[in-house]
Amino acid sequence: MAKAVSVRGLTKAFGARTVLDGIDLEVQPGEFVALLGRSGCGKSTLLRILAGLDRDVEGTAEVPGTVSIAFQQPRLLPWRKVWKNISLGLHKPDGREVALKALEEVRLTGHADAWPLTLSGGEAQRVSLARALVREPDVLLLDEPFGALDALTRLAMHHLVEDLWARHKPAVLLVTHDVDEALLLADRILVLDEGRIVATHHVDLPRPRRRASVVEQRTRVLADLGVDVEEAA
Amino acid sequence: MTLSIAGVVARPKSAPPQQARKLKLPLRWISPIALVLLWQLASSTGVLSPDKLASPVTIAESAGELIADGQLGEAFAVSITRVFFGFLIGGLAGVVLGLASGLSRWGETLLDPPVQMLRTLPHLGLIPLFILWFGIGEEPKLALVAAGVAFPLYLNLHAGIRQTDPGLVEAAKVLGYSRFERIVHVVLPSAVPQTLVGLRIAFGTAWLSLIVAEQVNADAGLGFLINNAREFLRTDVVVVGLVVYALLGLTTDALVRLMERRVLRWQKR
Ligand SMILES: Nc1ncnc2c1ncn2[C@@H]1O[C@H](COP(=O)(O)OP(=O)(O)OP(=O)(O)O)[C@@H](O)[C@H]1O
Ligand SMILES: [Mg+2]
Repeated sequence: MAKAVSVRGLTKAFGARTVLDGIDLEVQPGEFVALLGRSGCGKSTLLRILAGLDRDVEGTAEVPGTVSIAFQQPRLLPWRKVWKNISLGLHKPDGREVALKALEEVRLTGHADAWPLTLSGGEAQRVSLARALVREPDVLLLDEPFGALDALTRLAMHHLVEDLWARHKPAVLLVTHDVDEALLLADRILVLDEGRIVATHHVDLPRPRRRASVVEQRTRVLADLGVDVEEAA
Repeated sequence: MTLSIAGVVARPKSAPPQQARKLKLPLRWISPIALVLLWQLASSTGVLSPDKLASPVTIAESAGELIADGQLGEAFAVSITRVFFGFLIGGLAGVVLGLASGLSRWGETLLDPPVQMLRTLPHLGLIPLFILWFGIGEEPKLALVAAGVAFPLYLNLHAGIRQTDPGLVEAAKVLGYSRFERIVHVVLPSAVPQTLVGLRIAFGTAWLSLIVAEQVNADAGLGFLINNAREFLRTDVVVVGLVVYALLGLTTDALVRLMERRVLRWQKR
C-alpha cells in the first residue's frame, strides 16, 4: 500500500540556522503518530512543510493524498458563521448539511449559526477540528491543538480525537508537548531533537487506554526527552 | 481642525461601556445648557453685540425664517449634491486604487509611492490649482471633495488589506480555498473595520472640503448663504449655516456608525 506520508532527507534552514536536519519519516495510512520534542525543535516547521505551506526545502516530502490541518490557534474566520467556516473551500453544494454533520461529531450542533468570537477556546478548537475532518483527509495534521485548553477539556478532546480517528481512519500526525497525550493516543511516538528524529517508540497498548496503563512506558519516553522521572518525582 | 490629511490612518476605536454612558448622559448636558443660557444672557444685556454674535433666540428665529422662505432648503440641496458627487468620484478612486495596491504586488509597487507622497500635501491648499485647472464652476468644488475622500479611503483600505492575519490566509490555503475565495472570504472582510474608519474620516474631510470650497467662491449653497450673510453682518444666518454643516457631519457619521454595527456584527461587543 502507498504511504500516507513519505519524507526523505528533509532539511530546512532559516538563513544559517538548520531547523530540520535530514528527516526520514514514513507514515502508513490510518496510522496515528505523535511528534514530541522541546520547544523550537522544528515540529511546526515539519507540519507546515507537510501541509504544503513551505516549499523552500531540501530533500523530499511527499503527501500523495488530501491533507488537512488544525493549528494550535483555531484560526477561524471571525466574520463567517461557524458552519460557513467548516464548509468554505469544500466546494460542495450541500455545504451546510455537511457542516452540520461535522458539528454533530464534535458535539457542537447548537452552535452552527454562532459567530466564532462568541465561542469558548475549547469550542473554537472543536470547530477547527471539525473543519479539518470534514475534508475527509488522508492525512490529518494536528499542531498542538489542545495546547491552550484546560485539563478537563483536554481529556474530552482526547476521547473525541480518538473516536473520530477510529471512525474516519486518516493518518494522523499529532504534535504535542504532553507525553501522556502521546501515549494515550498514538501508535508510534517520534522524539524530535535539534532537527533530527532521535527516538521512536511503538505503543502497543490496547485501546481505549487508561492513564495507569501508560505509566511504565512514560518513563522511557521521558528519558529520551532528557527528563529523569525518578528524580523529578 | 486640521488642514492636512496626513496621518489619517487611525485605529478603530472601541466604544465606551454602554451602561456608564447611559448613566452619564443627563449629567453631561448640564454645562452645555448653562453655556447657552449664559450666551443668551450676554446678548440680552448688550454685553455681546449682535454684530459679533447673534443671540441663541435670534438664531433660532432666523433659522425658522430661512426654512420657511425656502432659502435654507435650496442651499442645502446644492451643497449636498456637491458632496454626493464629489464623494462618489473620490470614493470610487480611493477604493479602486486601494484594492489594486492592496491585492497586487505590482499594484502596490506602482501605486503606493506616488499616493503616499501626494497625501502629504495639504489638500485644501490645492484650491488655487483646482481653480486654474477647472475654473470657478462646480468642478473645482467636486475635485476638492473628491481629493479629500480618496486619500483616507485609499490609505485605510490599503492598510486594512495589508493587516490581514497571515495565519488565516495560510489556513485558507490548506483548506483548499481558491485565490478568489481567499480574497472574498479572508482578505476583504478583514480589511472592513479599517476601511470603515477610513469612511468616517472621508466623510469628515468631505464636509471640510466643501466648506472651504464654498467659502472661496460660490453662487449657491450653504457656503454662499454664509458668505452673503457676512456682507450684511447677519451673524445669525452665519451661525445657522454652520449649525447645518455640523448637523450634516453628524448625520453622515451616524450613518457610518449604523453601517458599522450592521457589517461588524461578528465582532465581540
Ligand atoms: N519563518 C521563520 N523564520 C526564521 N526562523 C524560523 C521561522 N519559522 C520558524 N523558525 C525557527 O525554527 C525553529 C523551529 O520552529 P518551530 O516553530 O518548528 O518549533 P516547534 O518545535 O514547533 O516549537 P514549539 O513547540 O514551541 O511550537 C525555531 O527556532 C524558530 O525560531
Ligand atoms: Mg510549534
